[in-house]
Amino acid sequence: NRSSAALQLKSDNSYYCTAQSNRISLQMQTERQRERKRLDFFLYFLCLFSLVDKDVMYICPFNGALKGKVFITNFRLYFTHTDSTFTLDVPLSVISRIEKMGGASSRGENSYGLDITCKDMRNLRFALKQEGHSRRDIFGELFKYAFPLSHGLPLFAFLSQEKFEENGWNIYKPMDEFRRQGLPNERWRISFINSTYELCDTYPTILVVPFKATEEDLRRVATFRSRCRIPVLSWIHRENQAVIMRCSQPLVGMSGKRNKDDERYLDIIREANGTPKLTIYDARPNVNAVANKATGGGYEGEDAYQNAELVFLDIHNIHVMRESLKKLKDIVYPNVEESHWLSSLESTHWLEHIKLVLSGAIQVADKVSSGNSVVVHCSDGWDRTAQLTSLAMLMLDSYYRTLRGFQVLLEKEWISFGHKFASRIGHGDKNHADQDRSPIFLQFIDCVWQMTKQFPTAFEFNEHFLIVVLDHLYSCRFGTFLYNCESIRDSHNVRTKTVSLWSLINSSTTSYVNPFFTPESSRVLYPVASMRHLELWVNYYIRWNPRIRHQQSPVEQRYKELLALRDQYLKKLEELQLSDSTHMTNSSTPNAASPNQHITHLQTPF
Amino acid sequence: MLSLGGGGAKSTKPSFVSYVTPEVLSPRLDWEDFDEERNPVLKHTQDDLSQRGIFGTLLCTNFRVSFVSDETPLEEMTQHFKNKLYGENDIPLMCVDNIYGVYDEKKKLITKGMLKNKCPSKMIIHCKDLRVFQFCLTYTKEEDAKKIFQGIAHHCLEPKSLKCVFAFSYAASSSPEVQRSQRTVMFDSKEDWTQEMKRTKANLRIVGYNFWMKYGCAMFKASTLPVPQEDGLMQGYMERMLHAVAHTHLYSLKLEDLSETLPTIQDIQQSYNKFKQFFLIDNSTDFWVSDVKWFSTLENTGWLDIIRQCLQKAVEVVECLEKENTNVLIMEEEGSDLCCVISSLVQIMLDPHFRTLTGFQGLVQKEWVAGCHAFLDRCNHLYQKDKECHSPSPVFLLFLECVWQMVQQHSPAFQFSETYLTVLSDSIHVPIFSTFLFNSAYQRESTMKAEAQHLQRGPLNCPAVWDWSVQFDCKAQELFINPLYADKLKQDKAIRKVPRAKHQRQLSLPSSAFKTPPKKGFFKDETESLKKMLRVKRISRWMASPDSPAAATREFYETWQRRPLDYHGLLLPCLDGPAMRLWMQRYLRWIPEVQILGGGPVAITSMLAELLSQVQDLRRELDMRSCWETEAESLQLRPGPLALTRTSLRLSSSFPFASNRNWTFKPAIPTSLLQSLMVTDRLASQEDETNEVISLV
Repeated sequence: NRSSAALQLKSDNSYYCTAQSNRISLQMQTERQRERKRLDFFLYFLCLFSLVDKDVMYICPFNGALKGKVFITNFRLYFTHTDSTFTLDVPLSVISRIEKMGGASSRGENSYGLDITCKDMRNLRFALKQEGHSRRDIFGELFKYAFPLSHGLPLFAFLSQEKFEENGWNIYKPMDEFRRQGLPNERWRISFINSTYELCDTYPTILVVPFKATEEDLRRVATFRSRCRIPVLSWIHRENQAVIMRCSQPLVGMSGKRNKDDERYLDIIREANGTPKLTIYDARPNVNAVANKATGGGYEGEDAYQNAELVFLDIHNIHVMRESLKKLKDIVYPNVEESHWLSSLESTHWLEHIKLVLSGAIQVADKVSSGNSVVVHCSDGWDRTAQLTSLAMLMLDSYYRTLRGFQVLLEKEWISFGHKFASRIGHGDKNHADQDRSPIFLQFIDCVWQMTKQFPTAFEFNEHFLIVVLDHLYSCRFGTFLYNCESIRDSHNVRTKTVSLWSLINSSTTSYVNPFFTPESSRVLYPVASMRHLELWVNYYIRWNPRIRHQQSPVEQRYKELLALRDQYLKKLEELQLSDSTHMTNSSTPNAASPNQHITHLQTPF
Repeated sequence: MLSLGGGGAKSTKPSFVSYVTPEVLSPRLDWEDFDEERNPVLKHTQDDLSQRGIFGTLLCTNFRVSFVSDETPLEEMTQHFKNKLYGENDIPLMCVDNIYGVYDEKKKLITKGMLKNKCPSKMIIHCKDLRVFQFCLTYTKEEDAKKIFQGIAHHCLEPKSLKCVFAFSYAASSSPEVQRSQRTVMFDSKEDWTQEMKRTKANLRIVGYNFWMKYGCAMFKASTLPVPQEDGLMQGYMERMLHAVAHTHLYSLKLEDLSETLPTIQDIQQSYNKFKQFFLIDNSTDFWVSDVKWFSTLENTGWLDIIRQCLQKAVEVVECLEKENTNVLIMEEEGSDLCCVISSLVQIMLDPHFRTLTGFQGLVQKEWVAGCHAFLDRCNHLYQKDKECHSPSPVFLLFLECVWQMVQQHSPAFQFSETYLTVLSDSIHVPIFSTFLFNSAYQRESTMKAEAQHLQRGPLNCPAVWDWSVQFDCKAQELFINPLYADKLKQDKAIRKVPRAKHQRQLSLPSSAFKTPPKKGFFKDETESLKKMLRVKRISRWMASPDSPAAATREFYETWQRRPLDYHGLLLPCLDGPAMRLWMQRYLRWIPEVQILGGGPVAITSMLAELLSQVQDLRRELDMRSCWETEAESLQLRPGPLALTRTSLRLSSSFPFASNRNWTFKPAIPTSLLQSLMVTDRLASQEDETNEVISLV
C-alpha cells in the first residue's frame, strides 16, 4: 500500500503548483522535475508514517467537484484526480485550520467532509462518503501532522534529511557581513556582551555599538528599552558614515520616566558621524505610541532627547495587518471580485499599508544617504522595525539586491534580530486564532516585490524566488524560518538538525535569477510610494485561480532567446576566427580586426 | 506646469525655426500668423515649495501657444523624442482643453464671458494630452498680460469655423511632394477595398464575402452623398445586402444593438471628463491628497469599466463568429461610434494582420475614416458650444484604450508599441492631419475642394496622420515598433511542430460589421425596420443560450485560455478586475511625482533593444562571412528601436515623454498619509502583544 502510493507520487509529474500552469518554460519544468525527483526520493523513505489513502471528492472552486484519491504523509497532502489531469500538493504545515463540515446525517451532495484553511491564500474542501465515519481517520491524521507541535511531535524540518551541494547555513556570518560594511572602525566596535544572550535573549550574539559606549553603558541602556532591545547598528553608509540603528521603544511609561544613560547613548550615536540632529523614526502612529505609555512603553520625548528629532511613520500594528490580509483573501479567493474590483481592493487597505511601509523606508534611506544617522523602532523592534530597516538597506545597498545578499539581509535583519516567525506564522500550532499571528514578513516581501516591479533591472532575484521564499516560510521543510529568535534556535540545534532554505536555492540558482539584472553598485533606489504605482501582486495572491495566466513574462522569454542566440553567434564567430588565424599564419595580411572589436564590445556588459 | 524634474528646471530654448519643417518654409513665412506680441511671463514648475520658475516669453499664433524661455540651455541636450511640429513648451491650440485663471489664490475656469474681467495673476492651461502649464503673469505689464491672456483665451475658447483650422494654411504652404504614407491602405478607393477583400478571402475562404463587401464598399461611397433621392436607393441597398448576407451564407445572422447594451457616447464623455481630471494635477499637495483614495476615485469615474464593457462586447461578437459561425450585424443609432469601436476590436482579435503597424493603420482608415466616424464633432475641434447637436465624446480614444489593454496583455502579438498608441492619441489634437479633421469622407473632399478654390491653388495636400515623418524623425519613429513582436516566420516554425488546434481550421467569418451612414437621422427609419425584420431571429437566438451572455463569454474565454497561446491566432483579452489596467504611459507621463528614475518598464525594453542590436551586429558579421550552412539557422530579426540603445543616460519610467534633465535624487515622500487610514476599530489601538504585558523595569 505504502509503496504504491509513493509510486503514484512518482508517476505524476506535476509538483507543487496545483492550478494547472499552462505554459511554463522548458527550463523551469526540468528544474521542477529535478526538485520533485529529489523530493520523491526522500519522501519514499520518509513516508514511513501514517499514510492515508482514500477516495474523496475535491470540491474545486474553479472546476467543480473532482473525484480522486487523497494521500497524506507526514509532510504533505496529495490529491490526484481519477484521470490524473489535476493534482493538488499541499505541505501540511501550510494548513492553519481544519474544520469538519456537515454531519453523518446532513443532506445534499458533498455536504459531508473537511474544510481546510491554508496560510497561503486558499481553502481546500473535500467531500467524503457519509457511511462509516469515513472522515474520522483522515481528519485525525491531518490534524496530527498539520499541527505537530500541538501533539508533541517534531516539525518536519527535523525529520527531513535532504542533501544539497551547498550548505545554506553558511550564507550568513555576522562578522563577515560587518566587515563587508567596513566595521569595526574607530567609531564603531563589535561587542560580545550578548554572546550568551544574557543582555537580550531576542538579539543575536554579535552586536555593533558605538566605540565610546562601554559594556556597562549597554547594560544600563538595556534597562530602559523594552525587552532590553538596545539601539544597535544595522547598517553604515560607507562614504558619509551615517548609520541605521534599530531598537525597541523606551520605557517611558505614564510618569514620563527618563534615563540619562539612554539619552547619552543616543547622543554618542549622533556624534559618531557628526550628525547635528539624530532622527528617531517611530514606526507607529502617534496615538499608538502615546497609548503605549499606559503599558510602560512610550517614545523619546523632546526635552529628554535634545539633539534628536522624532518622526512617526504611522504604520499600523500586527492586528491591523492581519485583518487587512483577511479582507484581501475575501476578495481574491476563490473568485476575484469583479464589478467593483478597485474599490474592494482599496477597502482592504492592504496596498495602503504597503505604501506606508515603503514611504517610511524611503524616508529612512533618504535621511541616511544625506548623511544623517537614524534610529528606528516600533514597540518591540521586531516587526515594523525589521520591515523598515531591511527595506531601507535594500534601497541603499546594492549588495542586498543580489541573490545571496538578499539572503544575508533576511538572515540578519529578520532571523537573527528576532522577528518572531514562530508566533507570527504559527508553525505546527493548532491555535489558528492566535492573536500573535500576522503577515508581517509577507508584507515585507510584497514591498520587495513592488520594488522589483519598479526597478526591473536592479535585483538579481526574480519573482519566482520571492514566491519560493514565501512557500517555504510556511512549509517547515527547512529550518530557516523556524522559531522566534536565535537563542531558541540554538537550543533546538536548528543549524545542525535541519537544512537551510538557502541550501535548496543556492545549489541550483538558475530559476531564481533575473536575466535583466545589471549591477549598479552606488545607486540608491527610491521606489515611488504612490498608489498610482503600487499594484496587487496577482501572481502570488491570486495564483490559485486558473484564470490568471501563469506565463513567463514574454520580455523575459524573448531576452533569454536572444541571449542564447548571441552566444551561438559568438561561438560561431570564434570558430571562424580560429580557422581564419590558422589560415592567416600562411598569408600575412591580417584583416580580421572587426570581429575582435565586436567580441570585446559584446562582453563588456556582462 | 510642465514637468521638468524638481526645481530650477532648465529648458532648451525653443526656436521657431526648429519647428518649421523644410516643406512648410515657404518664401513668405506666413503659415503661422503671429497674433500676439511677446510678453515676458514666468512659467512655474510644479514644485510647490520652491515656487521656482523660468522667465520667458509667451506668444500665441494661429497654430499654438508657445513659451520661449529666456534662459539659455547649459548644454545641448539630445532629446530622444522630439516632435517636429511642436516642442515641449508649445501647445497646439486644438490641444488646449481648459484654461484656468488664478484670482487671489482662487482657481477659476475661464469661460468666454470672463474675458472682459480682470486679468488673472496666474494662468493655468490644461491640455488634451494631459500636460499642465502654469504661467505667472504678475511680472508682466498689466496691459501686456491682459493682451496675451485675452489672445490665448480667445483663440482657444471661441467657436471656430472649419475653414479656420490650421490644417488648411499648413496644407496650402506645404509642398505636394509630401506624400501620404505609402504603406497604409487608405480605403478611399475601390482598389483598396478589392485588395482587402482578396486578402481576407484568401485567408479565410469565405463564400459570399466578396459580394457582401462590394455592397459595403458601395454604401460607404454612397452614404457620403447627401442627396435626398438617394434615400430610396439606400434602402434598396440595405435590404438587398441583408438578404445577401442571410441567403448566400448558410449561416444565421445575429443582431447586436450596441445602443441597448453599451454606454451612450454622452456617458463616455462624462466618464472621461471625470477620469482625466485626476491626471491634470496642479501641484504636489493635490497629487498626494488624490493618492489616498486613488483606487475608488478611479473606479468612480467608470472609465475603466467602459473599456471593459467594450472589450467584453467585442469578445461576445468574436464568440458568435468563432464558435457559432454566426454572422453578426452590429448596429447603433448612427452606426459610427461604438460600431467602429466594436468592429475594429473584433478584427484585431481575429486577424493578426490588424496587429501589425500598417494593418492597424489600415484598420483605422477602414473602420473609422472610411467608416465615417464623426471625428470633427466627437473631438469638438471647433469648440462648438452646442453640445446637443455635436455631442463631443472621446470614442476614438476609448478604442485606443481598449487596444492598449490588449497590447499590455499580449505584447508579443502586436507590432506597434504602447508609445505608438500614446502618440496616436496625442495626434488627434494636432490640427495638421486630415485623418481626424472631418466627419466623413464626403466632408473631407468637399471642404478640401472648397478651400483649394478659395486659396486659388491646386489640390491641397493635407497629410494623413500616418505620415509620421511630419511629426517625428526616423529615430523617434523606431520607438513605435514593439521589440517583443513575435514574427510570423518564427511562429510558423513553432506551429509546424504542434498540430494546429482544431478551431483554426474552422471557418472564421469576418466581422460583418455593418454601418448605417453617419448623417443624423438619415437612416433612423431604416434602422427601425431592420430591427423589426430581424427581431424574430434575434430573440430566438438569445433564448437559445441558457446562461447570461457574461457567463457564456467567460466560458468561451476559459476554453480559449486552455489552448496553447498563438500570437498569430485568435487573441482574447482577460477582463478580470486586476487585468484591467490604467494606461500609465499616457496618463502619468507628465506627473513628476510618479516618475521612477532609472526604473519602469523601459529599463527592460532598453536592455532588450541593446541585446537585439548586438545580436544583429553579430549576425551581420556572420553574414559577411557567409557561413550559414542551413537556412533554418537564420532567424528573422527585426530592428529594435535604436533610440533606446547605447544610451548611457538613465531613463525614467515616463520615457520617451517628459524629459528629465535635472536628476533630483530626492525621493517623493508621500504626504497626507493617514487621511484615509482611519482604522477606528479596536485593533488599531490594541497593543502588539496582547497576551504579554511589558514588564516595567
